[in-house]
Amino acid sequence: MSTDTLSSTTVSPGKLHAVLSRTPRPAVASGLAATITLGWRALLKIKHVPFQLFDVTAFPLMMTLMFTFLFGGALAGSPREYIQFLLPGILVQAIVFITVYTGVGLNTDITKGLYDRFRSLPIWQPAPIFGALLGDVLRYGLAALMVITLGLILGFRPEGGVPGVLLGTALVLVFAFSLSWIWIIVGMLVKTPESVMTTSFLFLFPLTFASNIFVDPATMPGWLQTVVSFNPVTHLATAARGLMHGQQVLASIAWVLIASAIVTAIFAPIALRMYYKER
Amino acid sequence: MTPAIEITALAKSFGATRAVNGIDLTIARGSVYGLLGPNGAGKTTTIRMLATLLRPDAGTARVLGHDIVREAGAVRAKVSLTGQFASIDEDLTGQENLVLVGRLLGLSWRDARVRATELLGAFALTEAATRQVRTFSGGMRRRLDIAASFVVTPEVLFLDEPTTGLDPRSRNQVWDIVRAIAAEGTTVLLTTQYLEEADRLADRLAVIDHGRLIAEGTSRDLKSSVGANTLHIQLVTTEDQSRAREQLTRALDAEVHSGADTCSLSVTIADVKRVADALAALSAAGIDIAEFSLGQPSLDEVFFALTGHPAQPTASQDSPAVAQETGT
Ligand SMILES: Nc1ncnc2c1ncn2[C@@H]1O[C@H](COP(=O)(O)OP(=O)(O)O)[C@@H](O)[C@H]1O
Ligand SMILES: [Mg+2]
Repeated sequence: MSTDTLSSTTVSPGKLHAVLSRTPRPAVASGLAATITLGWRALLKIKHVPFQLFDVTAFPLMMTLMFTFLFGGALAGSPREYIQFLLPGILVQAIVFITVYTGVGLNTDITKGLYDRFRSLPIWQPAPIFGALLGDVLRYGLAALMVITLGLILGFRPEGGVPGVLLGTALVLVFAFSLSWIWIIVGMLVKTPESVMTTSFLFLFPLTFASNIFVDPATMPGWLQTVVSFNPVTHLATAARGLMHGQQVLASIAWVLIASAIVTAIFAPIALRMYYKER
Repeated sequence: MTPAIEITALAKSFGATRAVNGIDLTIARGSVYGLLGPNGAGKTTTIRMLATLLRPDAGTARVLGHDIVREAGAVRAKVSLTGQFASIDEDLTGQENLVLVGRLLGLSWRDARVRATELLGAFALTEAATRQVRTFSGGMRRRLDIAASFVVTPEVLFLDEPTTGLDPRSRNQVWDIVRAIAAEGTTVLLTTQYLEEADRLADRLAVIDHGRLIAEGTSRDLKSSVGANTLHIQLVTTEDQSRAREQLTRALDAEVHSGADTCSLSVTIADVKRVADALAALSAAGIDIAEFSLGQPSLDEVFFALTGHPAQPTASQDSPAVAQETGT
């Protein structure tokens, strides 16, 4: 089945000559304008392929339903009780998972040759990286909206109100943003978008499950409690939970911000260095 | 005026692979220059170095007078690259892809949209403007990819294997586009595996093999460098083929090649006067000839003479017409 029927209108020599002639070159877009334009590209991708949002959020959403109704009663007395505890953590898990798409998207662009075009343009060279990150923040925001909406439907009633939920979400985005740098590096190292996925899940499953997202670690064996207490995801879940329910969690917030700063300080320069280096 | 491209002793290795192994080349402005070589010859590596995407290991190159390493920004501001694999976003529409490039190059949103519409019209893509690129045929992708290189008209266009994998119709459209580009004054450096394509489009060409330049000149120069003419003979019946081959070998003392079908034979001859002997020998043996012609060697023969191995794929018309149809 050929889709080339539309091109049966042949290229017209007259029009061709007109568009191919030399015209004055505009001043190239500033770094900021280029970054925003590439962020716009990420929005268009969400518009054309909305499934990419469900793809990664589907799993956490399923966990929400399953845990709330299957174990909610056993874990917290009632499903309604449990979802107050679970939902902020599920939000953390959903967003942490979706960060992988930063690397998947980058790797797709490299393997498809799109990065060759961007890099051969006279633009501020790291604009494609920052543009992708800008798009990702939008993507994370949309995913967060989906998770919270499902939560509200299931009976999630955050005591911190709208400001608490917004602050909690913002903190999750900050952490996600720092994590993205790791996937940018993975995206440049591996050969295919699929291997970005497989590599990342080896890391993300333990990271999100060995935490306090699903249950209070008090019932865990001692060694696991130690692991959990050093997992930044635990602190992020505690902080998000606290913010959303209007509790005082400054220590956890500080922990998360410092961890994010350290991750960014280590991985962002490596990622940019690799990006500048030829491939 | 400085040449469009000056390459001196350019080299690039990947591990133990010497992808480009010392190339010297000068390309005049305003010409279509063909870089001809089989798969793996080093064409893409050369082009990516010139487009500032790869750093050479050794040697230098200047594009429009700018050093590709030290003045990479100046080079990028004047050239466009249409890579071997369509470098456009599959998820976006044709229009959105061109607006994206227009915005990056500094056009206002409005100018970027106007320019995109103009280009889509000229490249016969108007009806596909609002469709996602993943639904495009191979030919449409190629045209969009070239259009993306002309959102702002470059002084030099690098065109890497523009027709590989295209059906003959799409290929002809791309050829028309390349000719129009050259007529408007953009210097084109195109790579190809197809001898016919180089012969038809390029003013001059370089043959590269295993990262080395093995010949340079017009296609006429290259043909005469083989130093011989070719006698093509079309037999009336296939049955005569082996006898005719025998007679020709004896009369001309040269190797006889079979052509595309079993009725045609070709033989390289050093001295035109011996054609008469050859024809007389066939006539004496009672072999009927439908047609004969004396011509310059084909580029296939040139390639064979220069490298000792045939260029694969033999010729574009023999390669299966596989437009990259998408099915997701
Ligand atoms: N990024 C790379 N890493 C390793 N080897 C490469 C890379 N790019 C090209 N090569 C090798 O360099 C040689 C030349 O490749 P290339 O320039 O792509 O040839 P062509 O474009 O003429 O087909 C080939 O042997 C190819 O395998
Ligand atoms: Mg190539």
